[in-house]
Formats: sequence, structure tokens, C-alpha cells
Amino acid sequence: MAENQSSVVSAKKLGLTFETSDGPVHALSNVDLEVKKGDFVSFIGPSGCGKTTFLRVIADLEKATSGEITVNGMSPEEARKSRSYGYVFQAPALYPWRTIEKNIALPLEIMGYSAADRASRIERTLDLVNLAGFGKKYPWQLSGGMQQRASIARALAFDADLLLMDEPFGALDEIVRDHLNEQLLKLWARTEKTICFVTHSIPEAVYLSTKIVVMSPRPGRVTDVIESTLPKERPLEIRETPEFLEIAHRVREGLRAGHSYEE
Amino acid sequence: MKRLVRHWQSLLAGILAVAALTRLPLTLPEAANPVGNGMTIAAILVVVVVLMQAIEESGPALRAVVLFLGAHIPAAMLLSGVAGNEGYMSAGFFLLIAASWLLAWASVSELSQIETRSTGLGWLLKLLIPAIFGAWLLIIWEAITRGFGIPFILLPPPSSIGTRIAGSVAILWADVQQTIFKAVLIGYIVGCASGFVVAILADRFAFLRRGLIPIGNMVSALPIIGVAPIMVMWFGFDWHSKAAVVIIMTFFPMLVNTVAGLAASGAMERDLMRSYASDYWQTLMKLRLPAAMPFIFNALKINSTLALIGAIVAEFFGTPIVGMGFRISTEIGRMNVDMVWAEIAVAALAGSVFYGVVALLERATTFWHPSNRGG
Repeated sequence: MAENQSSVVSAKKLGLTFETSDGPVHALSNVDLEVKKGDFVSFIGPSGCGKTTFLRVIADLEKATSGEITVNGMSPEEARKSRSYGYVFQAPALYPWRTIEKNIALPLEIMGYSAADRASRIERTLDLVNLAGFGKKYPWQLSGGMQQRASIARALAFDADLLLMDEPFGALDEIVRDHLNEQLLKLWARTEKTICFVTHSIPEAVYLSTKIVVMSPRPGRVTDVIESTLPKERPLEIRETPEFLEIAHRVREGLRAGHSYEE
Repeated sequence: MKRLVRHWQSLLAGILAVAALTRLPLTLPEAANPVGNGMTIAAILVVVVVLMQAIEESGPALRAVVLFLGAHIPAAMLLSGVAGNEGYMSAGFFLLIAASWLLAWASVSELSQIETRSTGLGWLLKLLIPAIFGAWLLIIWEAITRGFGIPFILLPPPSSIGTRIAGSVAILWADVQQTIFKAVLIGYIVGCASGFVVAILADRFAFLRRGLIPIGNMVSALPIIGVAPIMVMWFGFDWHSKAAVVIIMTFFPMLVNTVAGLAASGAMERDLMRSYASDYWQTLMKLRLPAAMPFIFNALKINSTLALIGAIVAEFFGTPIVGMGFRISTEIGRMNVDMVWAEIAVAALAGSVFYGVVALLERATTFWHPSNRGG
């Protein structure tokens, strides 16, 4: 299907330089990337490689200083103003004065959804992230994993086909993280969204993605793009198969190649 | 040894009561109205101390009740014996007062050990413990001023302040209406509201923020003593000039705190609003104002006391013949110190109620803040 292959994010020779008092920092340089509709793309690399910066450029939270980028065929600013993505941050960033359901209602209120529509969307997304029955709780009454699930529900509540996730499970322990990864894959299959996912965990990237973008620092750049050969249906046990380990090996090689020990 | 540490107040009270026996009677030989119940009072205290050792194993509630009665019955008997003997009380009197005070202390420490699940009883305890504390402050004040015969002008005993309050309710009420309900409340509301509105404007327009905040800091350092007479010149003798002083005093704490509060929301929360393409007012109403609430309430609490001070002091500089500040400045000139103290008591009460209402509102509004969550 042609529509399935349409480009959601397209970057050409993208560069971003921060001017600091110590001179310019090249956060991104010459990044070329295509994200197709329905892809699950992971960005992996050591800290300082620009993976979060790239996500923030897509989200129009940073402006590129050179090159071109389109999101849904528009400039990032137009895409942001037409509310075409949901963003999940490293921390839940739930508002403590709002209950979980009011937090999920926040983007819906801002975007002007009707009260009835809000209620049905809250119920549906709470169900999607397995938080049904917790809507009346305040964020600080929930565990870290539940808070992060609520923040995912908040990003899913409105009609954006693109989900940008910046190390959403980075602060959680491994057992919770495995569980959430599994749920995220199911959610992706059910909602058919396009997901850009920043991580620094190799198993997480390989387990989740259809495409893995390996990045390296100074300057931040893409060193390898790996198309995953794993099937769409992925039980947790797939992580012990030779196929999985081979992809993980290639990611690790890519990371090592891009890593400089000059300092 | 452990027992000694646990009961040191009541044991020391027993020792003081026994020591008082050697210093009886309660009044000095020159006293006009000698009292002879010193032996009885000392006996009651000793009995309570012994009883405490006997009911060592019972719960804190029973021990607290015994101590409470054992402290307050002797105290009441002692104070009633002072009448007519002001300044002529013996060392025995003061020893017995000290002994009763120690028993009251012990009763408070027993009360604070009571663990209860019922919220009603919990509230009662929360009120009872500070009430006993406050009562003893007054009892000791009464015993010292009257027992030593301290001149009325220096420090009147609380009982005569109480009598004065009871006898001047109409005057005090008129003063409260003039000072609190007009000058303080109106000035407070106008000052806080305008500080808040200007803070929003300063947040929206950078030139206001850059220009106004430094000047604000300067104006808030202006001495109220200097400003008050000028306000009286401008706005006349009635409450309007006092409200103006209160507005000047409350405006800048509110402005500075609100501006700081509006900057308090985190970068991630603001990025989130940006990702929703939320406009300035939506971000203000849904993120930045709620996040600023703890700061705004800080200003409201600071201002509640500033407003009271401002209104009372401003009345020293010209006022119609009513108002708390007016009353204080004229009655001290007429040596009616009890009336001054009566006004002070009323001002303290009004200030506490004012502060308490703001604090309750704060708890209801910023229940989510980490400092309020537990309770």
C-alpha cells in the first residue's frame, strides 16, 4: 500500500549548532533520515550524540540551524501547531494538582475537545495503558511506572499519528521496563501509530524497533541505520533468539565504531 | 532511673510542695487578708504526686486527667487567695504555683502520648494541648504580676485586661470595624489584587518586569512611619488613608512573589504545553498559575500580618476618634494600660483568625504540594 509507505519524518543534511560561551557545540550534523508511516524507530547512542536533540527538532522544541526537515510534509512548526504529534518526556511531567484523568484531559481541553468526547477518550486511553480505575487518583499516589503510563495515555488521548518518546522508561527498573516495553508493542500494534523512541539500552531498541538509528557524538551524527528483520509479533522470549542477538551485535558494533576515545 | 526521668516533673513538683510547707503561710505577715489554706494545697499536690506513682501502669488518658485536675485545682485556689494581698505573697505561694505548673506540664506530656484513631478526639487533643500551654502562660503572668505587686502601668495582670475587654465590648467592636473591616480588609484585598494583576502584566511585558521589580524592591523598603502621614494628608483622616498605607505595604510582596511563582514551573512542563501548541493564556491558566499558588499564598500570609501592622500604625498619624491604633495611642497617654492591652489582645486574635483563614485556604488550594500532602 502506497499510503503505508508515506514519509512521516524526513530530514536532509540536518544540522544544529548551539552557541555556548565555550564556542559552538555541534549537536547534530548532516543527519539524513526517513521515518515511514507505521514505523517504530529507535534512536540509540551514548549521551551527547544528539538523539534527544533530534527528537526535539522534530517536535519543534529546538530549531535546526541548517538542512531541511519535514514532519507530515510540513515544517516542524506547522506540524506542532496542527498538533500532529504526542510527546512523552523522560519524566512523567504530570501536573500534581490534577488527577490522572484531568491530566489526560489537559491536551484535550487545550485543543478544544467537547466534554463528552474528553470523557470517552480518557476512558479509552486509560484502558490502553492498563490504568482503568486509577483516573481519580493524583499522580503522586501512583508508582513511577504507573505515572509514566499515565503520561503515555496523555500523549495518546488526542488524534496525533506520531508519538515521540524520549527515554520514557529510563528511570524505571528493569522488570517494570520489560513489562512496559511489551505493553508498548501491543499498543503500537493496536493504534498503528508511528513511534520515534530514544533510548540508550540496546536490548530495548532491538526488541521494540522496526528500524534502529545508531548515533555517535561530537559532532552528533547518524552512523548506522539497521532495519530489523524480527517479526511484528514479539514475545519477550524473542530476546534469546540468534536473530535478536545478531541485530543487537550489529547495534553494539555500530556504537563502538562511532565512539571516540580521543579525550 | 527510667521512672525518675519519666516522672521528673511530678517528682520535682512533690519536692517543691514539701519545700513550700516550710515557707507557709502563703501571705506575708503584713498582708491585709491572710489566707490559711496553704497546707491543704500542698497536701493536694503531694497526694497527686503519690497517686501518679500508684497509677503508673494505667493508660496516659487517666494519668493526664489526674494531673490536669491536680494542677488546676491548686492553681485556682492559689490565685483566689491573692485577692487583697497583692505584693504580699510569700515564697510558699510561688513554690506551690511552680509545683502546679510542673504538674500541668506533666499532664501535657501525658496528653501528647495519647494515640487515637478517631479524628474528633485527635482534633480535641490538638486544641487542648496548646490551650493548656496558653492558659499557663496567663496563670504565671497573673501570679507574678499580682503576687509581686508589679505596678499596673508596667504590666497589668491578665484578669484586669479580661475585665476591661468584657467591659468595653462596644468600643472594641467599633474599633475592630473601623480598623479591621475597613482599613485592613479593603486595603488587603485591593493591594493583593493589584499586585497580582501587575505581576501578570509584568510577566507578559518584559519592560515592566525589568523596570518595575527593582523599583518595587525600593518602595517596599520605604518606612511606613514616613508614608503614613503623607497618606493622611492625601486621603484624609478616615479609613481611606489607612487602606492606602495597607495597599502600599501589601502590593509589592504580592507582586514579587507572584512574578517568582510564575517562573516556578519546570522546563519540561512548559515544553509539554508548547508541544500542544497551547497559547499564552492557556499555559498561564493551566500550568503557570497553579504552579505559582504556593508563592501566591506565601504573599497572602505575609500580607495578612503586614496589613494589620500598617493599619494600626497609620492610625497614630491622624484618625477620627475610633480605631485600634487611635485607641492604643490615646489610652497609653491616659495611662489606661489595660485598654492598650485589650486592644493588643483583640489585634492578636484578629490577626490569628485572618492568618488561619488564609492558611486553611492554602491547604485546600495547594493540597498537592509536597509540603501539604502528608496531612
